[in-house]
Amino acid sequence: MSKIDSEDHGKKHPGKKGFSRRSFLQGIGISGGAVASLPKGLLAEPQAESGARVMGPGPVPVSLRINGKVHNLNIEPRVTLLDALRNHLDLTGAKKVCDRSVCGTCTVIVAGHPVYACGLLAIEAQGKDIQTIEGLLSTHGKAHPVPTAFVENDAQQCGFCTPGFVMAVKAFLDKHPNPTMEQVKQGLGGNLCRCGTYIGVRQAALDAAREMRGGKRA
Amino acid sequence: MQAFEYAKPATLKEAFGLLGAQWGEADLLAGGTDLLSLMKDYIHKPKRVVSLTGVKELKGIKSSSDGLHIGAMVTLEELLGNAQVRKEYLSLVQAARGVTSPQIRAMGTVGGDLCQRPRCWYFRNGFGLLAREGDGKELVPNGENRYHAILGNSGPAKFVSASSLGPALIALGAKLTIASGSGNRNVDADKFFLTPNDPASREVDLKPNEILTEIVVPPAAGTKNATYEVRQKEALDWPLATASVALKTSGSTVSSAKVVLGHVAPTPWNSAEAAQALVGKPLNESTAKAAAEAALAGATPLSQNRYKIQLAKVAVKRALLAAAGKA
Ligand SMILES: Cc1cc2nc3c(=O)[nH]c(=O)nc-3n(C[C@H](O)[C@H](O)[C@H](O)COP(=O)(O)OP(=O)(O)OC[C@H]3O[C@@H](n4cnc5c(N)ncnc54)[C@H](O)[C@@H]3O)c2cc1C
Repeated sequence: MSKIDSEDHGKKHPGKKGFSRRSFLQGIGISGGAVASLPKGLLAEPQAESGARVMGPGPVPVSLRINGKVHNLNIEPRVTLLDALRNHLDLTGAKKVCDRSVCGTCTVIVAGHPVYACGLLAIEAQGKDIQTIEGLLSTHGKAHPVPTAFVENDAQQCGFCTPGFVMAVKAFLDKHPNPTMEQVKQGLGGNLCRCGTYIGVRQAALDAAREMRGGKRA
Repeated sequence: MQAFEYAKPATLKEAFGLLGAQWGEADLLAGGTDLLSLMKDYIHKPKRVVSLTGVKELKGIKSSSDGLHIGAMVTLEELLGNAQVRKEYLSLVQAARGVTSPQIRAMGTVGGDLCQRPRCWYFRNGFGLLAREGDGKELVPNGENRYHAILGNSGPAKFVSASSLGPALIALGAKLTIASGSGNRNVDADKFFLTPNDPASREVDLKPNEILTEIVVPPAAGTKNATYEVRQKEALDWPLATASVALKTSGSTVSSAKVVLGHVAPTPWNSAEAAQALVGKPLNESTAKAAAEAALAGATPLSQNRYKIQLAKVAVKRALLAAAGKA
């Protein structure tokens, strides 16, 4: 089985109506073969006393509540939340960099906690509120104070880590509305920036905190 | 990642019925912070993934007369949020804080921290726990071994145990409850970690059909404890060396001591030598230093990791002084 198969191809095209490179690739159905060639029962049937349903390995219905909207997908259990967002819902704000829970670019907020979307199976995120960067940018045409503070503090260079940082800051400020610089530093310990924009990011977090508390920006 | 069947049992009983008899059949999924990466790298290729996130019996922290019962599915963040943990088990707090990513602490569980697989890059690249080439040649001794073991490395295993909570729990005298369809067994945290001698063995005392359900930490009862970590960078990495200590004192002298080093050996390294160097003495800078020397006296560094000896000594000394309130 090839390495790219973590992308899961036995899927429908949910959500998106327009035509993108992604939906084109989905449309030509790059495989389906990976799924079809798998044996049906991978393991012995669960013992009788086990009431838990065994799902997959092929596509199964997965329902995700993202930025307040419910999306119904048909995806394999192995699809991560990150791949579901990016490849199935065209929510490409969360970035895929390490894909091993060690960089932070895919940070989203699940049930109020910052999480790495690459480290969570989409099927495990069912029934929980998922917030992505898209939800911060589109509320009534006015950006949320966190991304605004990033812009004002020039808190990015190449920008690849930025969506993850913005979500990490949002999650942190939701729980620590009045932080010190030291707390901000530790609160953002799960995100890396190769360009080294930490100073701007931390200041943006402090500015956004003030704004969110109803204060004026410095 | 290879495709797999997925099940989310609601009870332990249901979960047992879903597990396989051999490694590789089914994997338990807790927070997923380690397992998903292992699966993406094809180090683990389970046919079935059994999620523990729906099993209520594994959640929550309860206080009882025999100590604090920590469910295996308690997240590191929940552990840090517990008032009793913060009050009595400083060493656990410091070890969990050492997992410096809030995202990992929100997802990762106490059970998962103890069961996480080693970070040895040969293991993570498919050469097995004992890091051997197809012809059996050992890769670590003449390879990139700067992060490998400096203690307990005379056998074929040269990786270091990745768990930071392990040493803290061992120093505190914790017991683990391990359950399977045929009942429960209790294992001292100290006995849970194993040094494998053959490629098929695991580094923890678990069978493929067993689940770590609970960690019981005995009452602190005045035990002074602390963890000190030496790390390369503040964010997003495992420490280079840690020490977790627990001390009982009578008057001004140490009456009993546990000194457990982390990230320096294939298991957490419980140093009887360091403990012996302390008992019956007052704890001060010079006795702490002597204990550190004793802990590392038997170190057998590899070609690139001699530097870790000094780091580990510093960790022991500073953890002891912190526990005694002298840091
Ligand atoms: C960037 C980064 C930095 C880190 N730094 C540190 C650090 O400094 N110190 C440290 O200690 N850790 C560190 N970690 C590791 C982290 O703490 C673990 O990945 C996490 O605790 C694992 O928990 P989990 O619930 O996500 O486990 P999972 O990934 O779900 O599982 C890990 C393994 O344990 C098994 N398992 C899980 N629960 C049970 C159970 N109840 N019974 C039996 N088997 C079980 C799984 O089958 C799997 O093999 C770091 C991780 C990352 C990604």
